[in-house]
Amino acid sequence: MKYVDEFRDPEKAKTLSREIRHLVAGIARAKQRPLQIMEVCGGHTHAIFRYGIAQLLPDEIEFVHGPGCPVCVLPMGRVDDCVALAELPHVIFATFGDAIRVPGSKKSLLKAKADGADVRMVYSPLDALKLARDNPDREVIFFGLGFETTMPSTAMTVLQAKAENLTNFSLFCNHITIIPTIKAILDSPDLHLDGFLGPGHVSMVIGLRSYEFIAEHYRKPITISGFEPLDVLHSVWMVIKQIAEGRAEVENQYGRIVPRNGNEIALAAVDRVFETREFFEWRGLGSIDHSGVRVREEFAEFDAERKFSVPNLKIADPKACQCGEVLKGVIKPQQCKVFGTACTPEMPLGSLMVSTEGACAAYYNYGRIDTTGLKKRAPSEATLVTTEGAP
Amino acid sequence: MCLGIPGQIVEIINEDMKLAMVDVGGVRRAVNVAFIVNEAHPVSACLGDWVLVHVGFAMMRIDEQEAAATLALLREMGEYQAEIDSMKTSDLSTGAPS
Repeated sequence: MKYVDEFRDPEKAKTLSREIRHLVAGIARAKQRPLQIMEVCGGHTHAIFRYGIAQLLPDEIEFVHGPGCPVCVLPMGRVDDCVALAELPHVIFATFGDAIRVPGSKKSLLKAKADGADVRMVYSPLDALKLARDNPDREVIFFGLGFETTMPSTAMTVLQAKAENLTNFSLFCNHITIIPTIKAILDSPDLHLDGFLGPGHVSMVIGLRSYEFIAEHYRKPITISGFEPLDVLHSVWMVIKQIAEGRAEVENQYGRIVPRNGNEIALAAVDRVFETREFFEWRGLGSIDHSGVRVREEFAEFDAERKFSVPNLKIADPKACQCGEVLKGVIKPQQCKVFGTACTPEMPLGSLMVSTEGACAAYYNYGRIDTTGLKKRAPSEATLVTTEGAP
Repeated sequence: MCLGIPGQIVEIINEDMKLAMVDVGGVRRAVNVAFIVNEAHPVSACLGDWVLVHVGFAMMRIDEQEAAATLALLREMGEYQAEIDSMKTSDLSTGAPS
């Protein structure tokens, strides 16, 4: 219970932990197989491992780590496209730091930079816009990445570029959308989820209504959750309470940040600049209909896919890499053949080992190694055995 | 990228471009406030607002006590160091065209 000290209110954490155990004891189907709760967002995956939340829960609850880490679901071919763009003469390729180490089929952006490409790490798309203003003789390409949390910022940056009549700024758009992805997961025959922890900051933008199909059509409970350890524990309690009471509703644990209608100004900016793609390719999950956006025709001059020739090749993951199975929750990170050997955070083979929000990196950093010197259960080991016996 | 960090708006840099200076635990940077303003709460009214900042944009106004509690907890846990470091290394002094 060491980690309880790091909660905002340790007493509340203990009470929630006790309440969850009490509720689970009364859920009949938890006796046949563990209750599987998917945390959709990589921020939650990180918190679960970092704060040992699984250790506060009974063995009958198992987390399935969802696809909500934009860096982790980036297919290798898209990284190759980034490298190809970055290596064009006169190009400055601006990217969030999270993406720079993701391996492509030949190299990462970091390696491309070492080989001479002008790759810059930026904190904000506005920084890429500034690069374009400051370097009028260069072409600045911003690598737009992320779910609805970062999508409005990119949209606003494109609107700003248009307002300023900048001719040397463009966007390589790889933004993805959460709702079609959750639907694809719910339709997947591999998964038997009992409930969801919904993404907090995506929901701050899109609001709550988009999730209603999960409760109404699929009859699964979902709780939108904050990112502090107590938030995650509280949200697990809310999902388990719904299961225990036979309810399936969209609940909001993160009401201090997430309004029911989301951020309408941000949604309007997104709608102005982007349109839905017919499909988008995801690492590990394959092609998902309507799960990505592209730049509208009206803003074609700011679309790197129209402005430059992008290879757009589909590249299979390395054979040894099992990121896809981990992403779908079919195997646990440490069950992957190359986990911690050929694939480590220092030398990642798969994308889940790159980002701190990736399940493998989180497990490698916080779950596998006992830093306290005390014998403690690694977060997923206890559920491992029961997973294999699950239907 | 997706985490977000609470900060307080300490200066309006450019009302037309909706740019404001945010202080995040002593680190300052320009952020765009377009997503938190409307007729009832124009840019000029943002001074002193506590906001959740994502990739250089204020995405939501938040309660001051809530922001302070979140910042304190996250600083204690070292959770936000990477976010603050990346803010520092990529400083956008004004964000406005010069």
